[in-house]
Amino acid sequence: MTLRTEPVVVNVGPHHPSTHGVFRMKLTFDGENIIDAEPVIGYLHRGTEKLAEERQYTQVITLTDRLDYVSSMTNNQAYVLSCERLVGIEPPARGKYLRVIAAELQRVASHLIGVGFFLQELGVFGGTALMYAFRERERILDMFEMLCGARITLSYMRIGGVLQDAPEEFWPSLRSFLDDMPGYADEMQALVFESEIVRARAIGVAPVSAEDAVAASFTGPILRASGVAWDWRKAAPYDVYDQVEFEVPTCEGGDNYDRFWVRMQEVRQSLRIIEQCCAQIEPGPVRATMAMLFRPPPGEAYVPIEAPKGELGFYLVSDGSIAPYRCHVRSPSFMSLTLFREMLVGWKLADAIVTLGSLDFNMGEVDR
Amino acid sequence: MGETLADNVIYRNVYAFVEGALGPDWAWAAYAAGGLAIILLVANGVMAIGTGYTWFERRLLGRFQGRLGPNRAGPFGLFQPIADAIKLISKEDIIALGADKVVFTLAPVVMLAPTILVLAVIPFGSGSWLADLNVAALYIAAVSGIATIAVMMAGYASPNSFSLFGSMRAVAMLVSYEVPLVMALLGVTILAQSMSLVDIVEAQALPFLIVTPLGALVFLAAVSAELNRAPFDVTEAESELVAGYMTEYSGMKYGVFMLAEFTNTVVAGAIFAALFLQGWKWAVLPSHLWFLIKVGGFVFVAVWVRATLPRFRLDQILSAAWKYLFPLSLLNAMLLAAEVIIWPERGAAELGIMAAVNWAVSVPAALLWSRAVSLRSAPPTLAALSPRAFSGAAGRARQAPGGEAAPDSAARSAGTEGG
Repeated sequence: MTLRTEPVVVNVGPHHPSTHGVFRMKLTFDGENIIDAEPVIGYLHRGTEKLAEERQYTQVITLTDRLDYVSSMTNNQAYVLSCERLVGIEPPARGKYLRVIAAELQRVASHLIGVGFFLQELGVFGGTALMYAFRERERILDMFEMLCGARITLSYMRIGGVLQDAPEEFWPSLRSFLDDMPGYADEMQALVFESEIVRARAIGVAPVSAEDAVAASFTGPILRASGVAWDWRKAAPYDVYDQVEFEVPTCEGGDNYDRFWVRMQEVRQSLRIIEQCCAQIEPGPVRATMAMLFRPPPGEAYVPIEAPKGELGFYLVSDGSIAPYRCHVRSPSFMSLTLFREMLVGWKLADAIVTLGSLDFNMGEVDR
Repeated sequence: MGETLADNVIYRNVYAFVEGALGPDWAWAAYAAGGLAIILLVANGVMAIGTGYTWFERRLLGRFQGRLGPNRAGPFGLFQPIADAIKLISKEDIIALGADKVVFTLAPVVMLAPTILVLAVIPFGSGSWLADLNVAALYIAAVSGIATIAVMMAGYASPNSFSLFGSMRAVAMLVSYEVPLVMALLGVTILAQSMSLVDIVEAQALPFLIVTPLGALVFLAAVSAELNRAPFDVTEAESELVAGYMTEYSGMKYGVFMLAEFTNTVVAGAIFAALFLQGWKWAVLPSHLWFLIKVGGFVFVAVWVRATLPRFRLDQILSAAWKYLFPLSLLNAMLLAAEVIIWPERGAAELGIMAAVNWAVSVPAALLWSRAVSLRSAPPTLAALSPRAFSGAAGRARQAPGGEAAPDSAARSAGTEGG
């Protein structure tokens, strides 16, 4: 007797526990195996790029907070760097150092969430690693609160520097965080990366070769996991990244395990960068003097930065008015979904969820 | 059974009351009423413990994860289960459009049935059990299989792909894990020369956990799978299947599923305590309390595992059952069978020698076998669809750390750098 079976199409999302916002996957299953996958995006579209055209240059900063809402700092940074290129202004040194410290703290926070969700997606109830990650992230958010009063939508960076100098209590708090964090990273590594079940579930799953990653415009940790040591902080240093020493961690496999492993290593490198910034930073102004309302000369600017999720850049076109003529966002999360189908086909539902987690995309940035 | 039951205070009083009210001709009714009173007491008592256990589990999980857990309702959040029950009862009871109504409604009841049925043979303390069944071990294995049917019913009746996935996984997994479970029970049965749980407890001059570590390990793994608990909780994997077979359930039907699930954990703890931890014996405290502490130890470990271990993938779970647990449980049974022939009389001393032999064999066997069996993923063997095959940018060299050239964005950034 032969059983007649047929593929079943399942909509995973937009309401689903593991879709990182409102992402929808149309998965075609043969039993548990995925034979086709189609990403459906657009559920979080807010028209950020269009809104930016109707606002002054300084007002757009608040819009960038809402793109990748777990790393607002780097969104701010990418935008103000492009603006500064457009206007031709240079922030003072202390402002640059504060930017780098804030951006690297944001990278740690973002990667903590990425790595924390790893175990959640692998199926620990409530994600013990996630709660641990949130515990450390909470301290970073407290520090952000000291810097600018906000915790998530920060708008800390300004065109020509940062909002204000760090208050007195910021530095001891940062010091104790830098002292504690390596231990927490070790703890996370022991809990997540050395677990045999995690290894069995993640090593060799959904690998992407270096060639494919490059061809698909992957950037950030997911590119470096495939073995390409590409990092904008090294390739075209912005702010003070040319003043600090750090390494660009890479892996060879390009599988789920490597993608998370690279993030964990980057957290350690970020701490190294912050240490050096703390040693080098000197008193001084944090913000260049310039008018709130300004008209940059007609032209265009694009300064890519290494956001936690990859290359983030704002392509700004000025027509000489007070608002950008065009503001295009090159978001790493959107590019991460390029190989969605190729990565998922052939694997199982359980692998698909972890693979999505390993791409660490954020729907706020995908849909914009 | 009769003797212990007749000794019971509640039974005697109920019996005397009914017989006194109706006369000696109605002794059978008095007997039935007395028995029913005890059954109601045990079943509801254990379910109450199961409900209370939800508080324990959530609170403990909170501690493991650096949170507080429920702490609002009552002292230490102790009334949280009551609040949850009130909420679930007062919620609208939705039967999804397109569901098979009869099966859909029946599934939670069927799910709860084995939990209650298993209680019949568990010795809760010295001299207190409902039935000293001579095939108790077999009875447990048989009755616990009913839960599989309930899961399948729920998945079949729900008009939802996630439910169907969950129940398909459940059937595949539970069918596989029945085998090592029964083999582990066989080991204990050989050792005690009886299937009665009471006899098994009596035979444990040393806890069987020490005498037969391999059996305990296999039993723990298999029972975790039977309970759908981590790391084998693929049937209701919340990050993949939302809630698995329970996705479409709401209100008290969902509540009954959850009740069955949590009570099952407690009942499994009781079975484990009776099979491997000497049951009520070696008591410095009252035997019932001592038994409860052992159950508590089991559920503590269960919560600990749940808070720490991620879940396997379904195919890895099946591989683990057939390639790892099944051979080990066979080895365990053969080892014990041989030892029982060598030492026909087994006191504490003989059991101690057996324990030494078993540990010496089990630990290397388990470690070596775990080396031999790999659960790592092989690349997918499915016929590739490949309409949009990976082409790749061949010839692009890998970048050294801190390299200069950009892979794909070089041209673009060079063009805009001066903008």
